[in-house]
Amino acid sequence: MSFLKLDNVGRRFGALQALKDISISVEQGELRAVIGPNGAGKTTLFNLISGFFPPTEGSISFAGQPITAVSPNALVRRGIIRTFQITQVFLSLTVYENLRVAVETAMGLQLRPWISRATRAQVEAKVEELADIIRITPKLDRIVGEMSHGDQRVVEVGIALSRHPKLLLLDEPTAGMGDQETHHMTDLIRRLNKEQGITILFVEHDMAIVFGIADKITVLDNGTMLAEGTAAEISANPRVQSAYLGNALEETAV
Amino acid sequence: MSTSIDAKLALNRKSGGRVVAAMVIWVVLLFVPFWLPMIGGYTDLATRALIYAIAASGLNLLLGYTGGLSFGHAAYFGLGAYGAGLCLIHIAPSVPLAILGGTVLGGIAGILVGPMAMKRKGIYFAMITIAFGQMFYFIAVRWNSLTGGEDGLTGFSRVPLHIGGEAIKLGPERFYYLVLVLFALVMAIIWQILRSPLGHSFVAVRENTTRLRFLGVAVDKQIWVAFAISTFIVALAGTLNALLTGFASPDNLGWQLSGSFVVICVLGGMRSFWGPFLGAVIFIVAQDYLSSVTQNWMSFIGLIFVLAVLFFPQGLLGFIKGRGR
Repeated sequence: MSFLKLDNVGRRFGALQALKDISISVEQGELRAVIGPNGAGKTTLFNLISGFFPPTEGSISFAGQPITAVSPNALVRRGIIRTFQITQVFLSLTVYENLRVAVETAMGLQLRPWISRATRAQVEAKVEELADIIRITPKLDRIVGEMSHGDQRVVEVGIALSRHPKLLLLDEPTAGMGDQETHHMTDLIRRLNKEQGITILFVEHDMAIVFGIADKITVLDNGTMLAEGTAAEISANPRVQSAYLGNALEETAV
Repeated sequence: MSTSIDAKLALNRKSGGRVVAAMVIWVVLLFVPFWLPMIGGYTDLATRALIYAIAASGLNLLLGYTGGLSFGHAAYFGLGAYGAGLCLIHIAPSVPLAILGGTVLGGIAGILVGPMAMKRKGIYFAMITIAFGQMFYFIAVRWNSLTGGEDGLTGFSRVPLHIGGEAIKLGPERFYYLVLVLFALVMAIIWQILRSPLGHSFVAVRENTTRLRFLGVAVDKQIWVAFAISTFIVALAGTLNALLTGFASPDNLGWQLSGSFVVICVLGGMRSFWGPFLGAVIFIVAQDYLSSVTQNWMSFIGLIFVLAVLFFPQGLLGFIKGRGR
């Protein structure tokens, strides 16, 4: 049985059909890329899965449970966490403070005006663990707003990890990054998937990354599903080639 | 790793300086009745500065730390003042009871108003807080039989404290120390909140509500709690003000005073623990000095405010701390 399943899902905004007849099934532990030109409906798809708004047609299920009209809060509790195209972090706080408030709210402590020494130690250990996973420990004392875009993205992933995600939705995790930052983020995504066993869906424009790390690829175009398959299947798919990939494929082939 | 250790050492040095500064402030405050008259001041002036510091520090928990711009917090200051006066007149001649009664009255009003004000964000939140403030103002003006209307509520005073059968009169010095103890208590409470998960979540609300909401945190509840705590503290300041002046006036509830509280926070530094205190001292001293020189003292306060915002956008304390970096 598939972990995340979309059945003929569609979303209409007034007269605009943003998504139509989307059927996707993602296995547990899979690393899935979602690609497609601008306006293909990739972010709309993420908004549907994360409960930002419900689909107007079809149904979505996660871990065997229907989640079609479940609120974002409830989805967070079930383990579906997302990051945003525009990085959402706490800018004037340090990396440490960003992760700390994430951990504390994950533990449900946000209304507690004091905590025991033991609980504080627990929070600190968890923060250190997260910092270690995202490899940001040397920069814990830095103000996030003064860091590079790439580092901010990494911190955002760290915040998302505080929720113990089962399914992580990353919306263009490497957008606007330099080579080294992109490499760092790609490596992080792969490690989260392989070492932490987190199922990941990510939107990505860089075809080298997509073909390099994704187990499977879903191609959207103009609100519909064009293809789904492994890197080899997708690159061999004539519809994908003519509609979208042409140039990008040639580039990666070089 | 070495950068991290260096940063931690720098942090320790910085907090070491902070501890010394805080100790100096407390020692200076402890001896106010001794040194203030020597430089031409009077104890009640320092008492008023502390009362405003309590109010501004309470407001700042919402304004500076949670990011909620309230232009109506005088309402709770005034409710505290009227509550204290009414307790003394109608319930029992007891200063502790008056302080407790007024604080609870203002705080409960804050708990009730909070959820309604929070329906809107940003400037609309500010507008609603003003509207509620003015509502309480007009109730105080109109309800003549209870509040004394435009003339304010009079007919109460700081009756002596009764401890172990002995009556202790609350002269200016003793009252100053009572206010100082309560100021210390309020600062300790705020300090504790700011270093707790509750305070951390307040700051996270200020920084990014979207992020917090998508972590599954009920942001509105956090703002409500911040609003309620701040109104309790501001109401406490109001009760002390009524006990200081011996009356409660509709002006204690009005939007001008609400504006003054915001000015005090911005002047001293909204992101600083001691900022509102510093702002209150400057505001009260400037008000006292300028109002003895000119009737148009308010325009000079306004000028100071404009200059401060232009040259020290982080407030005076933010400016001082920034230079230390």
